[in-house]
Amino acid sequence: MEKGEAKSKKAGGPPRLCCICNERRPVLKRPKTLQQICRECFYEVFEEEIHQVIVKNRLFKSGERVAIGASGGKDSTVLAYVLSELNRRHSYGLDLFLLSIDEGITGYRDDSLETVKRNELQYGLPLQILSYKDLYGWTMDDIVKMIGLKNNCTFCGVFRRQALDRGAALLKVDKLVTGHNADDIAETVLLNILRGDIARYVYIYLFLIMLSLGYIMIHTYAYFKKLDYFSTECIYSPNAYRGFAREFIKDLERLRPRAILDIIKSGEDFRIATTTKMPEQGTCERCGYISSQKWCKACVLLEGLNRGLPKMGIGRARGGVNGGDHKKETKAGSTVKSLESKQCGSLDF
Amino acid sequence: MQLTLEFGGGLELLCDSEKIHKVNVDLPNGVEELTMKDLLSWVRTNVIKERPEMFIKGDTVRPGVLVLVNDCDWELSGQLETTIEDKDVIVFISTLHGG
Repeated sequence: MEKGEAKSKKAGGPPRLCCICNERRPVLKRPKTLQQICRECFYEVFEEEIHQVIVKNRLFKSGERVAIGASGGKDSTVLAYVLSELNRRHSYGLDLFLLSIDEGITGYRDDSLETVKRNELQYGLPLQILSYKDLYGWTMDDIVKMIGLKNNCTFCGVFRRQALDRGAALLKVDKLVTGHNADDIAETVLLNILRGDIARYVYIYLFLIMLSLGYIMIHTYAYFKKLDYFSTECIYSPNAYRGFAREFIKDLERLRPRAILDIIKSGEDFRIATTTKMPEQGTCERCGYISSQKWCKACVLLEGLNRGLPKMGIGRARGGVNGGDHKKETKAGSTVKSLESKQCGSLDF
Repeated sequence: MQLTLEFGGGLELLCDSEKIHKVNVDLPNGVEELTMKDLLSWVRTNVIKERPEMFIKGDTVRPGVLVLVNDCDWELSGQLETTIEDKDVIVFISTLHGG
């Protein structure tokens, strides 16, 4: 402590105090307001911000069962920790569960699941694990062996989205929450603009419950609180395109710390022409889960794998059961076609 | 001087998967105080074993790398100009991987 004060003296002027409590030594600058705040006030601001998102959007009702999608990574670990704290502190009256998906990625998911198992004990939340192997008969290791490292993330993303739905049904929960952060959302907004993918904004709206907190805040919180999380990049995901957006956003943030929140705001305010045909939510004829098409994306991809045609359902070259729609789209004109040919089943967070 | 360096958020993979490094850094010739700028180039030469571009961009850390000097964000102590003293603890956390 003494040393810290000596240091800030060297940096110029008398030692500054926390902008909020005016008592303790500040440890970081809050990106949103540029206030210098101390560790205790940081915890308070951080937790309060999440509490406000929950209250303002009326996310929960007392007595609800809520599953937390837990990967073992920083976002979900912080979410699980903060949500169980807030549930106690503000008496939300929620029954919380941890829900993890085992994609079957040796050397990555098996390690991160160990983290989730420790979290189960640390936070006293019951844990349910569902595996791709049990649900679909394929692990990601098997899928990558078959299709290589191109488009594998499409399979993983689509399967996980549905696996979370199935897990939620199994646990009989009313709601499923997933932890995301402002940086991820801003990246996704940028990527969707770059891809011209308007339909995905629908999902952005649905996911506004996410934390409006950036990476730096979440990492600092996890570090100071000594939370137990797993931080290795997936071995199958070089994810170059997203990597570019991420670096670009980080460069912007350095020039203007609010940039990330501003990008999200632009995403929210994006106007979509009334003539644009948006996907409608229905159910998959095959498995009964949510789909905007006759067959859901997971079923199309799975059918492709099982028939040894893994390219089925990827990108614009669509075949199989939903192919019928494709002809209709072509007749309906090129604008609609280019919008419709993007499937919306996968969330690329 | 004795320093403790801690790497997290995946940065440890660039230095033999060791998270904590207790190091002994000598002051460069003719310099009285060690700054973060000096320390970064020292770390790059002596600690980082692979892919230095994941850690350094230009003469500073890559955007998205969080730096804490004695548990305090280096933005508050002057970033590259921060002076380092004996027994200081410096933490580098990459925030660039997935959640």
